[in-house]
Amino acid sequence: MSCIQAQFRLQRDSFTLAAEFEAPMRGVTALFGHSGSGKTTLLRCIAGLERAPGSLQVNGETWQDGRCFMPVHRRPLGYVFQEASLFPHLSVRSNLEYGYRRIAAAQRKIAPDQVIEWLGLSHLVDRRDANSLSGGERQRVAIGRALLVSPQLLLMDEPLSALDTHSKQEILPYLERLHRELDIPVIYVSHAMDEVARLADHLVLMEGGKVIASGALHDTLARLDLPTAAFDDAGAVIEAELAQHDEPYHLSRLDFPGGHLWVGKVEQPFGTRLRARVLARDVSIATQAPQGSSINNILPAHVEALSDAGPDKTMVKLRVGESQALLSRITLRSRDVLALQPGMQVYAQVKSVALAA
Amino acid sequence: MMSMLTPDDLQAVTLTLKLASLTTCVLLCIATPLAWWLAGSGRWYKGLVAALVALPLVLPPTVLGFYLLLLLGPQGVVGEITRAVGIGALPFTFGGLVVGSVLFSLPFAVQPIQNAFEAIGKRPLEVAATLRATPWDRFVSVALPLARPGLLTAIILAFAHTVGEFGVVLMLGGSIPGETQVLSVAIYTHVEAMEYREAHWLAGGMVLFSFLVLVGLYRVGGNWAKGAR
Repeated sequence: MSCIQAQFRLQRDSFTLAAEFEAPMRGVTALFGHSGSGKTTLLRCIAGLERAPGSLQVNGETWQDGRCFMPVHRRPLGYVFQEASLFPHLSVRSNLEYGYRRIAAAQRKIAPDQVIEWLGLSHLVDRRDANSLSGGERQRVAIGRALLVSPQLLLMDEPLSALDTHSKQEILPYLERLHRELDIPVIYVSHAMDEVARLADHLVLMEGGKVIASGALHDTLARLDLPTAAFDDAGAVIEAELAQHDEPYHLSRLDFPGGHLWVGKVEQPFGTRLRARVLARDVSIATQAPQGSSINNILPAHVEALSDAGPDKTMVKLRVGESQALLSRITLRSRDVLALQPGMQVYAQVKSVALAA
Repeated sequence: MMSMLTPDDLQAVTLTLKLASLTTCVLLCIATPLAWWLAGSGRWYKGLVAALVALPLVLPPTVLGFYLLLLLGPQGVVGEITRAVGIGALPFTFGGLVVGSVLFSLPFAVQPIQNAFEAIGKRPLEVAATLRATPWDRFVSVALPLARPGLLTAIILAFAHTVGEFGVVLMLGGSIPGETQVLSVAIYTHVEAMEYREAHWLAGGMVLFSFLVLVGLYRVGGNWAKGAR
């Protein structure tokens, strides 16, 4: 029963939410879609901030069903809003401890000092005016405040979208750490593919108020029948392990089932789990092993499926080893010149790899 | 300076301050929940309630005083109730003045508080709810502190407006020294009796008091603007 099952219907002016999904109660589940697709509304329904007819089971516990509706303040959740929304009349510390003070001592699994250390807030915690913090600092305090209620489920509504690029880069490592080290399931709303690819394990794809796909991140991102395949930054995610350094060339080798990738040197201990993102536009295909290529990563693969992506492009789904999917976007002409067919043995040339912690 | 005031005048000053303080306290207790409801409610009759609350702003005080006199008097509906519970008729008593003042100054207390509640918006209260605060807890720990400038404005306005009222008091209370003769009525009585010197002391004091109140009010407003930035 370790899952979340949600089903809501909500009619508001010209917008209809009719969403149903099931997601595991572990790791990060991304609610992904364009703005206006209803992902924030769905998240608010899960929190109980929006009262929509439907049902909601979390970990076998009923939060909403028919007439039964657990009020927001009784749900064991944490919520991080798009804007930090710190209480302006409280100090940074009082903001952090607002929820902590309101839960029973026996329920407190996370201590303020832990969160302060963990989110790097020690130099801010004694500020009296929470509004004097920068955007990124404020959002870190908001995340800490939500964690301090020791939630069973953490809901995050585009926590990075109100921030500039610099602040985003400042917060992302904390979110990744949260992902790795804390055993709190997260539902993360986002419209930014790069964030989702870095953070999520499970993907719930939304469009026009409906859930159009839900599944493990790797599988869902590699599906050719979903709108995500048409994105400019469509691509595959590879979970890999740091295995070796090539010191003279400042490179590191990442192993994954079915192959390995060379990337710029990663200063982390061997065995560290890393997530690599390979964009479809950065993968080209050769039918014979390329000779004399400057490209470091050439992976033997076989073609699994093809699907048109626009008037001049086609998306090729490749499989490396047993289970690793890879996407490649090539021109229609290349497809015909190479006479690509499902089942063919090819070589995938990976021009660039983006790493997420 | 005290020698310039007759014992009756002094009594009028203390009575006025007593009336204004009591009225302000009662008003805070009524206006805060009323403003909270007006700021948050989506009911169809919200507009009616808001109009009723604002009515004393546009009505001549004599009209309000006249109807209160009828309503609270021995033949009035409220008058019969107060007599039945043993309070007696309220007109021409201090208690009657408090009732009249509360109604007369109600919009001056409700509107600043309502504006302050509306300015907070939904978000801080939603945040508090996700942090386990019950509805009452949210009101006390978030809404009230954030509405503090509005509450302060309401206190100052309600107090000053009560000190300055004349029409309702005269209609409802008459001019009984020590019971219903407040400052504004005392000034009127002095002028009617051609005692201009005494009237000057009281009227001048009122001008000074009103000016200081307004200075205080603008300082509250100024700090509010600074805090909101």
